[in-house]
Parts: sequence; structure tokens; C-alpha cells
Amino acid sequence: MAFGREANIGDLAFRRITALFAASVIVLLVWVAIEMGIASKLSLAHFGLGFVTARDWDPVRDHYGALPFIFGTVVSSILALCISVPISLGIAIYLSELAHPKLRTPMGFLVELLAAVPSVVYGLWGIFALAPWLRETVEPLLARTLGFLPLFQGNHQGFGMLAGGIILAIMITPTISSVSREVLRAVPAALREGAIGLGATRWEVVRVAVLPYAKSGLVGATILGLGRALGETMAITMLIGNRSEISISLFAPSYTMASVIANEFTEATGQLYLSALAEIGLLLFFVTVTLNVFARLLVWRVGKLPEGGRL
Amino acid sequence: MNLGAATYVRRKLTDRIVRSLCVLGTVIALIPLASVLYYVVSRGIGGINLDFFTELPKPVGESGGGMGNALVGTLKLVGLAGLFGIPPGVLAGIYLAEFGASKFGGAVRFAADVMSGVPSITVGIFVYSLVVVTTKQFSALAGGIALAILMLPMVTRTTEELLKLVPESLREAALGLGVPKWRATLRIMLRTALPGIAVGVMLSVARVAGETAPLLFTASNNSFWSTGVMDQEASLPVNIYTKAISPYEDWHRQAWAAALVLLMTLLILNVTARFLVRTRVRAR
Repeated sequence: MAFGREANIGDLAFRRITALFAASVIVLLVWVAIEMGIASKLSLAHFGLGFVTARDWDPVRDHYGALPFIFGTVVSSILALCISVPISLGIAIYLSELAHPKLRTPMGFLVELLAAVPSVVYGLWGIFALAPWLRETVEPLLARTLGFLPLFQGNHQGFGMLAGGIILAIMITPTISSVSREVLRAVPAALREGAIGLGATRWEVVRVAVLPYAKSGLVGATILGLGRALGETMAITMLIGNRSEISISLFAPSYTMASVIANEFTEATGQLYLSALAEIGLLLFFVTVTLNVFARLLVWRVGKLPEGGRL
Repeated sequence: MNLGAATYVRRKLTDRIVRSLCVLGTVIALIPLASVLYYVVSRGIGGINLDFFTELPKPVGESGGGMGNALVGTLKLVGLAGLFGIPPGVLAGIYLAEFGASKFGGAVRFAADVMSGVPSITVGIFVYSLVVVTTKQFSALAGGIALAILMLPMVTRTTEELLKLVPESLREAALGLGVPKWRATLRIMLRTALPGIAVGVMLSVARVAGETAPLLFTASNNSFWSTGVMDQEASLPVNIYTKAISPYEDWHRQAWAAALVLLMTLLILNVTARFLVRTRVRAR
């Protein structure tokens, strides 16, 4: 059997050639990491670890610190998760457990269409529809009702952390909800049947039988969404206000790592300037790759759990 | 007894509330989609005319002009991306489906999944330092390579998954007739899976056609018709961006029109893909 299969020279060549292209996927991933490392060498050597804690970004004096961008990226992404996770979980539960079977496919498709809208179109919509609405309606309302919190103080500009967080939430909802839906689908039917047999209501089935089993996969789905939010560029660049300040107010403008690259990369004149921007890219790359590795492992685990296994 | 009835009512009520919350979440998620569609159509439709498809953009202050070069540019960039991205992706997918049970196969699969989560702007930096710095110019070629890198993992995984759907009995029949394995794979398995793979490829094309971030410093932008692939290249997404953040009313109108053309094309591709997949599944 073994020699019969490998004896054909065509088969061997076919296997080798396709293997080469398969390897190219891994090579490319490593290559991107190495190339970005080389591009940011100058900045890495010049600033060391201080790069991530320094607050000033000053092309004139050629001194660069990434803290305001890291702050903006992390806070806008967390805000996006706070908005998106409950909604996405609701969608996933609705689509996999509650909806009429005839409604599942079209509704699921509509939610996935959210992912088909390009980032730059969300940005355009954000500038002319979302930001004015936030400025005129939402921010005054928040200031009136929750204005005692420092989160909701300051000028109402529309553009800022809140707008950025909302647009990110819209964009990561299809990711989180569709992965969560897959995870819920992987839960063995026997668990549901057991709970139904004990007289559980539909929500109790979900709470008692489905969610505990799917827990790690749902965390994985959330982390995948976080990875997308951290790296998202165009829409948030158009909405977050692009000012490298650290402010606690959600109404204040901010700046993200991806945005500063998009805005300044082509205009960066000095070698060190370009290198500092590349280092921000490198940071972003490593954080998103790490999150993705972690999330995929969690999602894969649910599919592989033994029947009825707990975590 | 009374206590039991109260519990029952409470449980029923909780069930109702949570179920309505789930429906509510789904509805809330769809509001932005409806709003985006409404805005893009109502604001974009006014800017659509023949000039939009055939003319070059006019300088600020002069009204009229179009985005002919950006339309052609996007087609060119997507074409280049397909050229560089689809063949390697399909071959890598064939490897995963046919020989991918090994540790190496698992690693490739994992790398492809991880790669699809890499921010597209970092791919832009990669291609910038690899192609733009080497050739000393922004070019359609660089833009096409950046988009191809984004396509590769999607094409790889789609090809693999669709090949795995083809019944093994087809291959066995071919092998039983004495056909070498590689020919059975290409002529029988791949050909059977081809319509599905085409749909998957179409979706990945739709995905990269709207990408902006990796084009900013690879293909850059161009106010004129470009020649060949070594010239700076205009594209619809980059033009939507630059026109949207400009202060000019007339440019905003053009940005909406470009968004309408882009969004409608992508939605049609997505809906068609979905429809094709469903009819195929039903036929089976």
C-alpha cells in the first residue's frame, strides 16, 4: 500500500508542490514578523522598553512614545466589547436555540452582512450619521443622566472615544456572534435533551446545559472579536478624533495604534519616525497574533470535548 | 402547592424576558446595517451619473468629474490580488485536504487561521518595506500583493473545506480505474468541488475589494489614469476615505456615490454567493 502510493512519480511531485504552497502560508506569517522587526529595529534600539510607557509623540524633536495610542486602542476595544458581547451572545443564543428554524438562515445571513460592509463605508456613515447623532442626542443625554461620572464629562463633539467604541462594536458583532453560534452548535444535543427531560424552560436549557459546556468557546469568540477591534483601522481613524491625549472622558478625542500608522506612515520623513511607526505595527501584530492563537485554541477545545464533558 | 405555582410563574417569566432580550439584541445589531444602507443609497444616488463612471476627478472648486480611474484601479488591484492569491491558496488548500492530517498540516491550518486575524494595516507595512522601498515607488503591483496576502488564508481554508465535502467514493472509483492519485485529485475531486470553491473565492474577492488600510501606503492614490502596474493606483476605498475627511461638500457627494457603487457590488457578490451555496446544498 505505502510503496504503491508513493511509487508514482507524478503523485510524489504533486504532493511536494502542494506542500510547498501550504508551507508558504507559515513562511509568510513568519516573514511578516521578521520584516516588521527589521523595520522597527532603529526605534527598538533607540527607545527600548520606554517606548510603550512614554507619553510624548513629537516628530519635531524626534522623540516617540506610544502610550497614548496604546491607551486609545485598549480603551476603545474594551468599550466595543462591553457593547458588543451581550448583543452578540443574544444573537448567538437566538439563532442557535430560539429562532424558528425557517428564520435562522435569513437572520444569520443578515447579521453576517454586517461584516460585508467595508470599514471605510462604516467610517463614512460614522462621520455623517453616527457622530452628529452622538453630538446632538446621545452625549447630552448621557451628560444629563450620568454626568456625575468623569466618564461622561466634557464637550460634546461627536468624534471621540465613544464614537470609536460604538463603530468598533458594530464591526466586531458579526465576528463574535457567528463564532459563538458555531460554538453553541457544537454542544451535543444530548445535553439539551437531558435538561428538557427534567422540565427545564428553554432559557434554563441554555443556562444549565448549553452555556457551561460552551463557556471556553464563547470566551474564545470574544477574544477573536477583541483581536479584530484592536487591529481595525479605517472606521476608527475617521471617528476617534485623532488627538494623542489620554483623557478619562469618553467624549474626548483619542488616537489608536492603527490610526497613527494610517495617518502618519506616508508622511513620516525621518528614519527614526518611520521606525517608530513600524514598531507600533509590530506591537499590534504580536498582540493580535497572540490573541488569535489563544482564541483558536479555546474555540477548538469545545469541538473536541468528550461527550458531556465539563471544563 | 402555592409556592410551586409561584416558582413556575417566575421561571416562565424569566424565560420570556431572556428570550425577548435575545430577540432585542438581534434587532439592535441590524439597525446599523439598515441605517448604513439607507444613508449610502439616499446620499449616493444623486452622485451617480455617466461622468462618475468615465471621468477623472476634477480639482477642488470645479464641479463635476468622476471616479473612472478609481473604478478601473480597484478592478486592477483586485485582479492582481486574484492572480497572486488564488493559485497558491487553492494549491495549499488541496494539500490540506489531501495530505493535511499530519502535524505539518495542522500547523499550516493554524497559521492560516491566525493570519486571517492579522490587522490588514500591518500587511500594508510589510509590503511597504518589501516592495515599495525596493522599487522606490508606490504601485498597483504593491497594492495587489498586499491584497493577495490577505486573500491567501481565506482561499486556502475554503478550498480545503469544500474539497473535504466531495464524497470519497468518487475518488475510489477513479483510483479503481487505475488513474494516478494526483490526476484523480485534480480531475475528479477538484472539478467536483470547483463551483463551491469559486463561490468561496468570490467571497474573498469581495472581502479584499473593500480594504483600504493596506492600500494607503502600497498603491497610494492617483488623480489621473494610471499606466501599467508600476504606477500609483487610485481605488474606490482609498478615494472614499480621502474624500470623506475632506472639507468640501462636492467631494462628500462623490464619496457617497463611490460608497454606493462599492457597497452594492459587494452586497450583490455576497447575496449571489449565498444563493449559489444554498441551491447547491439543496440539490445534494
